[in-house]
Amino acid sequence: MSEKSEDAAVTNPAQSEGAVLSKDAAPGETLLKVTGLQKHFPIRKGLLQRQVGAVRAVDGIDFEVRSGETLGVVGESGCGKSTMGRLITRLLEPTAGTVEFEGKDITHLGVGGMRPLRRDVQMIFQDPYSSLNPRHTIGTIISAPFRLQGVEPEGGVKREVQRLLSVVGLNPEHYNRYPHEFSGGQRQRIGIARALALKPKLVVADEPVSALDVSIQAQVVNLMDDLQQELGLTYVIIAHDLSVVRHVSDRIAVMYLGKIVELADRESLYKAPMHPYTKALMSAVPIPDPRRRSAKSERILLKGDVPSPISPPSGCRFHTRCWKATQICTTVEPQLVELKPGQRVACHHPENFEDQAPQDTVLLTAAKEAAELVADEVLAESATTSAAVAAEVAEVAASPTGPAAEETPDAAASDEPETDRDSK
Amino acid sequence: MTAPLHEPTAETAPSAAEEAALASADAKAVQGRSLGRIAWERLKRDKLALAGGVVVLLLVVVALFAPLITGILGQDPDEYHENLIDPLFGTPTGSLGGISGDHLLGVEPVNGRDILARILYGARISLLVGFLSAMVAVILGTVLGILAGFFGGWLDSAISRVMDGLLAFPQLLFIIALVSVMPNEMLGLSGSSVRVFVMILVIGFFGWPYIGRVVRGQTLSLREREYVEAARSLGAGRVYILFKELLPNLVAPIVVYSTMMIPTNILTEAALSFLGVGVKPPTASWGQMLSSAIDYYESDPMYMVVPGVAIFITVLAFNLFGDGVRDALDPKASR
Ligand SMILES: Nc1ncnc2c1ncn2[C@@H]1O[C@H](COP(=O)(O)OP(=O)(O)OP(=O)(O)O)[C@@H](O)[C@H]1O
Ligand code: SF4
Ligand SMILES: [Mg+2]
Repeated sequence: MSEKSEDAAVTNPAQSEGAVLSKDAAPGETLLKVTGLQKHFPIRKGLLQRQVGAVRAVDGIDFEVRSGETLGVVGESGCGKSTMGRLITRLLEPTAGTVEFEGKDITHLGVGGMRPLRRDVQMIFQDPYSSLNPRHTIGTIISAPFRLQGVEPEGGVKREVQRLLSVVGLNPEHYNRYPHEFSGGQRQRIGIARALALKPKLVVADEPVSALDVSIQAQVVNLMDDLQQELGLTYVIIAHDLSVVRHVSDRIAVMYLGKIVELADRESLYKAPMHPYTKALMSAVPIPDPRRRSAKSERILLKGDVPSPISPPSGCRFHTRCWKATQICTTVEPQLVELKPGQRVACHHPENFEDQAPQDTVLLTAAKEAAELVADEVLAESATTSAAVAAEVAEVAASPTGPAAEETPDAAASDEPETDRDSK
Repeated sequence: MTAPLHEPTAETAPSAAEEAALASADAKAVQGRSLGRIAWERLKRDKLALAGGVVVLLLVVVALFAPLITGILGQDPDEYHENLIDPLFGTPTGSLGGISGDHLLGVEPVNGRDILARILYGARISLLVGFLSAMVAVILGTVLGILAGFFGGWLDSAISRVMDGLLAFPQLLFIIALVSVMPNEMLGLSGSSVRVFVMILVIGFFGWPYIGRVVRGQTLSLREREYVEAARSLGAGRVYILFKELLPNLVAPIVVYSTMMIPTNILTEAALSFLGVGVKPPTASWGQMLSSAIDYYESDPMYMVVPGVAIFITVLAFNLFGDGVRDALDPKASR
C-alpha cells in the first residue's frame, strides 16, 4: 500500500480502476478529518452511580485520512487505538471534537443518521472468533450488509455472497457453513468479505491480524493490500507495534495515552523518527527490564508501565518514562506541530531535529533513571538535540561511579545547546 | 506494499488455494452443521440423557391420558373400596398395601381408593405445575434479564436489586401465608383449580430471578462481542441486534435452565401439597399422598413408597435429561 498513490496515478491500471469504483474523492483528497477528538468513559461508583472520574481513552487528537492511502496507527495496549477506531466509525459517540467524512460532520449522527454512511465506512475486527456470530451461516453473515442496508446486489444476494467469498480466497460453495467450521485465517477473510460487501470507501481495521498465526498474518495483510488496489480502498490500520504497519502504511500515527505524539510519512518516520516514544517503539517491543541494563544494545527499554489514562501525567504524558524529559515537559503540553513537511511531532526535545525548548537544560531525576535503560548510542544521539541529555552524558562520562546529583539550572545552563553536540 | 510482505505471498498463495481446494472436496457433501445440530447429535449419543428423556416423555403421555388409562384399567381415583380395608386397623387387606390384579399398586388405607389411578392423576398436577411455573419463570426471567443486560444503567440496577430481594425471600413461608388468606374462589376458578393457579404463579414468580440472573449475565457478555459491533457498523438498530444477534445465542442457556428448573418446581409443588397448602383433597397429588401416608408408615409402608418413588423417578428423569441437554449445548465443548 506504500508508494501506491504515486504508482497508482501513473502506471497501475488496477488503481485507476479503483479510483473509478470509489466514485469520487480523487486519491490524495481528504476523506476523513478528525479535529480535537475526545472520548472520556465515565467511571461511576456507588448506589447512585455518581460519576467519580473518567477514563480519558482518547484525549484530543487531530488527523486526516486521505483518499486511497493507508494510515497506520500504532501504540501500546490501552493507549486508545480501538477507541479511536470506534469513534471514527461512529460506533462510539465522541465526548468532544468533530469527525468529518467527505466534508460532512458526522460527530453526533444517530443510528438512523449514520445508516446511509455505513456503506462507505466499514470495519474489520480483531478477533476472528468473536466477530462472526456462531449461530449464523457464512451466507447469512456476508449478506447481512445487503439486508441491513436494503441493497439488492446485481445478480441476487446469493450470487454476490459467492462472488465475495471467492474474492477473499474462500470456496464459494461454503456459504451454508458455520463459522466454527473455519480456521482463524479463513474467518478473518469472511470478516473482510463482510466489510467489503457494500463497496466502502474507508475501511478501519482494528488489529486485523494480531490474533492470527504469524504464518497467516502475511496472507491476510496481502489480501487486504490486493483488495485496496482493486477497489481503491482507503485504510486505517491499527496495530500495537510497527511490524505489521511498517510495510503497508503510507503514513503512520503513533499514539501514547490517548494522544497522537507523532504523525508522519512512513519514509520520514523510518529515516528520522522525532518523538522519543516513536524511537522506542521502533527500536524494539518495549520491555521494562532493568536487568538488561548491563547488556545495553540499540534497544530502548522503557521504564515502568504506561500510566493510567484516568489521571494522565501533566504536561507531556510521556515525561514519566522519557529519557529526555526536562522541567518544561512536566508543565507544558507539547503541541502536535509540523516540524518538517509531512512530519508532525508533539515533543519539546525531539530527536533528529532542533530542540524546541533549548532553554531547558536540566534532566528530570526520572529521566536519568529512564536513561539507564537506553543504549549509549541512542543517548549520544539524543544528546545532539537536548542540552540536558548532553550535560548528563558528559557528567556520567566524567565520573562514572559518582551519584548523578541534581544540577542547578545555572550550572548546566548553556546558551548554545548546539555546541554540546560533541560532548559525548 | 513493499517487497518483504509480497515475497511470502508467492509461497503462501498456493497453500491458501490448497486449503480452499481441500475444503471444497467435502463442501458439496457436507452441509454446514449448525451448533444446534451438533448439540442434537451429541445428545443422541448420551444414553443416560436419552433414558431420562424417554421417561419424561412417558410421564407426559401418561399424565395427558390419565383418564383414558384409568378408564381402561376400570379404576377411578375418587372411588372408595371400603370392602378392601381391614375394618379393625383401617389398612388394606392383602399383602403389600393391597396389591392385586385390579389394584396394581394397591389401595389407600381407610377409604380404599386405587393408588395407581391417584398416582396417574397426581402426575397431571405435578407436571402441570412444574411446566407452567417454569414457563412463567422463563418468560419473566428472559424478558427482565435481557432488559437488564441489554439496556443497563438504572434499569439494570433496579432489576438486579429486585432479583436479589426475591432470591433472599422466604418463598415457602410466603406461599403458606398467602394460601391461608386466599379465597376459595377467584377468577371463575374454584377449589383445587385456584390452588393450582396460585401455585403456578407463585412458584414461577419466585423462580424467575434464577433465570433472570443467567440471562442478564449472558446478555452482558454477548453484547460486547465483536459481531454485535459488526452489526452496528452495518447500521443495525437495537431491535435487530436483540432478535437477530443476541437471542439466537441466548436460546441455549435458556433451554438448559428451563429443563433444570422443572424438577425443582415439581419438588416445590410436592412440598407445598405435603404441607397442606397445595391442591385440596379430594384432588390427587403426590405430595399430599406422601403427607397422608405418614400416619401409616408402619402399618402400610407401601402407601408411602409409591408416591415417593413416583417423585423420585420424575425428578431424576428430568435432571438426567437436563444435564444431557446442558452438556450437549455447552459452548465450551463446541468446536
Ligand atoms: N467501554 C469502555 N468503558 C470504559 N473504559 C473503556 C471502554 N473501552 C475502553 N476503555 C478504556 O480506554 C482505554 C483505551 O482502550 P482501547 O481499547 O482504546 O485501547 P487499545 O489501544 O485499543 O488497546 P489494545 O491494544 O489493548 O487493544 C483503556 O484504558 C480501556 O480500559
Ligand atoms: S522530551 Fe519531553 S516533550 Fe518530548 S517526549 Fe520526552 S517528555 Fe515528552
Ligand atoms: Mg484495541
